[in-house]
Amino acid sequence: MGYKAKFRVWRGEAGEGALEDFVVEVNEGEVVLDVIHRLQATQAPDLAVRWNCKAGKCGSCSMEINGKPRLGCMARMSTFTEEETITVTPMRTFPVIKDLVTDVSFNYEKAREIPSFTPPKGVAPGEYRMQQVDVERSQEFRKCIECFMCNNVCHVIRDHEENKQAFAGPRFLMRIAELDMHPYDVEDRQNSAQDEHGLGYCNITKCCTEVCPEHIKITDNALIPMKERVVDRRYDPLVWLGNKIFRRTKEKTPKA
Amino acid sequence: MDIERHEYDVVVIGAGGAGLRAAIEARQQGKRTAIVCKSLFGKAHTVMAEGGAAAAMGNVNPSDNWKVHFRDTMRGGKFLNNWRMAELHAQESPDRVWELEAWGALFDRTKDGKISQRNFGGHEYPRLAHVGDRTGLELIRTLQQRVVALQQEDEKLHGDPEAYIKVFAECTITRLLKDDSPGHGPHGAIAGAFGYWRENGRFIRFDAPAVVLATGGIGKSYTVTSNSWEYTGDGHALALLAGASLINMEFIQFHPTGMVWPPSVRGILVTESVRGDGGVLRNSAGERFMFNYIPDVFKDKYATTEEEGDRWYTDQANNRRPPELLPRDEVARAINSEVKAGRGSPQGGVFLDVSTRLPAAEIVKRLPSMHHQFKELADVDITKEPMQVGPTCHYIMGGVEVDPDTQASSVPGLFAAGEVGGGLHGSNRLGGNSLSDLLVFGRRAGLGAASYVDGLSDRPEAAAGDLRAAEAEALAPLDRTGGENPYTVHHELQQSMNSLVGIIRKAEEITEALEVIEKLKHRAANAGSPGTRIYNPGWHLALDLRNMLLVSECVAKAALLREESRGGHTRDDYPGMSSDWRRKLLVCSLDDAGAVEIEEQVQLPLRPDLRDLFDLAELEKYYTEAELAEGGATTVKEA
Ligand SMILES: Cc1cc2nc3c(=O)[nH]c(=O)nc-3n(C[C@H](O)[C@H](O)[C@H](O)COP(=O)(O)OP(=O)(O)OC[C@H]3O[C@@H](n4cnc5c(N)ncnc54)[C@H](O)[C@@H]3O)c2cc1C
Ligand code: SF4
Ligand code: SF4
Ligand code: FES
Repeated sequence: MGYKAKFRVWRGEAGEGALEDFVVEVNEGEVVLDVIHRLQATQAPDLAVRWNCKAGKCGSCSMEINGKPRLGCMARMSTFTEEETITVTPMRTFPVIKDLVTDVSFNYEKAREIPSFTPPKGVAPGEYRMQQVDVERSQEFRKCIECFMCNNVCHVIRDHEENKQAFAGPRFLMRIAELDMHPYDVEDRQNSAQDEHGLGYCNITKCCTEVCPEHIKITDNALIPMKERVVDRRYDPLVWLGNKIFRRTKEKTPKA
Repeated sequence: MDIERHEYDVVVIGAGGAGLRAAIEARQQGKRTAIVCKSLFGKAHTVMAEGGAAAAMGNVNPSDNWKVHFRDTMRGGKFLNNWRMAELHAQESPDRVWELEAWGALFDRTKDGKISQRNFGGHEYPRLAHVGDRTGLELIRTLQQRVVALQQEDEKLHGDPEAYIKVFAECTITRLLKDDSPGHGPHGAIAGAFGYWRENGRFIRFDAPAVVLATGGIGKSYTVTSNSWEYTGDGHALALLAGASLINMEFIQFHPTGMVWPPSVRGILVTESVRGDGGVLRNSAGERFMFNYIPDVFKDKYATTEEEGDRWYTDQANNRRPPELLPRDEVARAINSEVKAGRGSPQGGVFLDVSTRLPAAEIVKRLPSMHHQFKELADVDITKEPMQVGPTCHYIMGGVEVDPDTQASSVPGLFAAGEVGGGLHGSNRLGGNSLSDLLVFGRRAGLGAASYVDGLSDRPEAAAGDLRAAEAEALAPLDRTGGENPYTVHHELQQSMNSLVGIIRKAEEITEALEVIEKLKHRAANAGSPGTRIYNPGWHLALDLRNMLLVSECVAKAALLREESRGGHTRDDYPGMSSDWRRKLLVCSLDDAGAVEIEEQVQLPLRPDLRDLFDLAELEKYYTEAELAEGGATTVKEA
C-alpha cells in the first residue's frame, strides 16, 4: 500500500534556512522518522535528525510535525491523509544547529541547577525501606524521557528568550517535585522552587502536560502540588484560582 | 588548523551504564575524567533496557545468593564464561544496585518495602530489580544524576562544575592514540583519543594515559535488530586497531521476541518480562510449542506439562519453571524452527500472549511500555490479543579480552566494560545480567584505570604521525566527490550478515559473507559524503562503516572456525555441542596488513571451589573426560 507523500522539511544551518519540498515513498506501518530516514538514504544524505531507540523510549527525536511537538518515531503516517503535505520543523524554543537538530543545552544547564537527591545521613545502601504507594508519585515523574517537548511548548520561554535565565521549565520544576516527594529526600526544596527556579512563572496552562509523550500529568501532579507546598509560606493567587478551577482527583500531598 | 585539545587522567568513551559508572568511579578516586558519547547525555542504549538488573539480593526469595546466581550465569553461557568475571558479577551486583538507591533510584518495591525482584529466563529465583518495564531509563537517569551531583560538589569545592568530570556529548571517537617513543612510559601505551564533534565536524583530541571503552554493541551490522544507530561496534574496532584482542565474537544473542510487524519496526524489542510475568508462546495451531524444545542439559529444571508450568508462577518451591523461560538462545531457535516448519503467525513470527493470562489492568501496570509500544506502533492492544514476535539481533557476547578484576586489556592504559567487554556471558547472556554487568565492571574499570594512572611515572604522549593520519582518515569521505553512497554499503552489509551469519549458520554461507565483506571493504573505502562538516549523518555513517566491517569480519571468521553449536552460535552443519570446543576461546586481532586473524586459546580451568558448586553429573554434560579427571582429583584432595 505504498504511496508518495509530500513532505516539507525545514533545512538550514545556524538559524539560516527554509522549508524544502520533497516527494517520498511511504510504506505500510511507517512513522515520520522512517520517512526522514528514507530521505537521508535516497535524496538528502546530510539531512540532520536525532534519534536512537525508534520506540519512544529515549526522547531524542523531538520535532514539530505540522506545528505540533511530537516524537518522530511515534508519529504514524497512517494518522495523516495521503494528500496532505506534512511539514516537519525543528523545536522552536531551542536554537537550531542544523535541519531538525536543535541546541538543547539549556535543559542540561537547568538540570545542573537543581540540587541533587539528598538522603539523610546514616542510611547505608541496602537499608532503604519504602512502600510502593510512597514511591509511585515520584516514579511517575521519573518516567520522563527528557524529550524536552514540555519545555519547548511552555509559553513562558517559547517566545521569551528573556525568561530562560529565571525559569527551569516544566521538566525541571517537575524534577524538584519528584525530589520533594521522594520518601528519603531531606533537602528543603519549596523556597528555592519559587525563588530560584521560577515556579511562579507557571500559570498552569497545561500545555506541557498535553505534549508529554509519556503522559505524565506534569501540571496536575507535579506543578500544582508544588505550588501548594509553597503557598504555605506565600500567597500565590494562581494556586488559589487553580484549586477552584480544577477538581483534583488525587489526594493532596502531605505538607512536609 | 589547530585541534581542540583537552588533558584528562581518564577518558571514558561511552555514556551508557558502563561508561557512566566507570566515570563516576574514576572521579570518586580523584581522577580528572572525561565522558565522551555520540548521542546526547542520557540517551545511550542503556536507556532502552526494559526488564531489569539481575542481583541476588534475595528480597523475594531468601534462598537466592551469589552462588545460585553464579551457577545460573555459567549455565546460561554453557560454561564458556570467564568464571572469575561470573563470580565477581554475582557477588557484587547487589551492592551496585543498592548504591543506585542511595543515589536516588526508585525501584518497584516488595510488600516489606525492599526492592522488588522479577523472574527472568535462566534465573532460578526472582532476581531482577526493576521499575515496570523501563529499568534502563531508571538506571541511566540515576547515573546521569549522580554525575550531576558530583559536578555540583565540584562547583562548591573548586568553583567549576566541570573541574573533575565533564561530558562531551555528540562527539565521536574515531581513533585511539598511543605513545610510540621508547623510554617514555610503558611502550605502546595509550596516550589519548581522537574524534570529531557531530555538531560542527571539528576535530578534538584528548590527551590521557587511560581510556575506558564503554561503547556498547554491534547490532547495526544486522537488518533485524533491537539496537540503535549507535551500535556500530566502534569500541570493538577501536580496540582492535589499537592492538588489543577480542574474544567470543561468534556469539551473538538473537533475542527471541522482537516485533515482526509493521516492517519499519521489525526487530524492536518485546521485553522478556512478558514471559517472566506469565506470557506464553503459541504457534499457529495454538500449541505451547516450547514444551517440545527442552534440551537435555535442562531436562530436570523445566516443567513438562502446562499445568506444572502454570503452577510455578505461584508456587516455585514445588514446581518447575515453564519452558518459555529457557535461556534466550533456546527460545530463539525454537521460534525459528516453528516458523520454518510452517507453523508461524500470519506476519511471520509466533504468538506471544499475555491477554489470556493476566487481567488487563495488571498488564498495563506491569508492562506499560509494551502496552504503549504495540498500541502506538502496531495497532495491537496486548490486553485483548496476542502479539506476534520473532528473533532479533540483540546483544553481542563477544568483546575486548580483559583482565577480570581490573578490566584492563592487553594494551597498557586501555580498559573495557559493559557490552564491549568480553567474557562474562560466555556463549549466551541471561536477561538482566547486562545491566548488572555494566555496574559491576563499569566500577571496576574506573578503579582499574585510576590505579593504572597512579602507577605511571610519566604521561605517555601521542605520536604526531598517528594524529595526522587520524585527521586524514576522517576527512576522506568529505573530499570524495561522486563516491559510493554509504547508506547503500551499510544496507548491503546488514542484509548479508542477517541472512548469512544470522541465527542459524553454515560454512558455505559464512564463507560467502566473508567474500561480501571483502568487497564491501573496498566500496566503503570509496564512500563519499556530500555536504558540509556540520551535523552530517552521511559523513558519520561513512566513518562508521570501517568499524562495522571490521567487527563483521571478526564475527564471520570466528563463526566459521567454531565447528559446534553453543549459545549464540548455531551451526547447521555442526548441530552438537562439543566439550573440546568448550575449552577453547577464539581470539581476534589484526595482523600487520590490517586483516583479522584468529587464534585459539585454552580456557583456564574452573577454580576448584567454584567447581564444587556444581554436581558432577551436570559438569559431565559440558566438560571433556580429561578435564573431569583433573577436576575430580582436586575435589577428592579437598574433601
Ligand atoms: C531494547 C533493549 C532492551 C534491553 N533490556 C535489557 C534488560 O532488561 N536487562 C539487561 O540486563 N539488559 C538489557 N539489554 C541490554 C543492555 O541494555 C545493553 O547491553 C547495555 O545497556 C549496554 O550498555 P553499555 O553501557 O555497554 O553501552 P550503551 O548504553 O550502549 O552505551 C554506549 C555508549 O557509547 C557511546 N559510543 C559508542 N561509540 C562511540 C564512539 N565512537 N565515540 C564516542 N562514544 C561512543 C554511545 O554514544 C553510548 O553513549 C537491552 C538491550 C536492548 C537493546
Ligand atoms: S502549565 Fe506551567 S509549565 Fe506547563 S506549559 Fe503551562 S506555564 Fe508552562
Ligand atoms: S516531562 Fe514529558 S514532555 Fe517533558 S521532557 Fe519529560 S517526557 Fe518529555
Ligand atoms: S528515537 Fe527514541 S524516542 Fe524517538
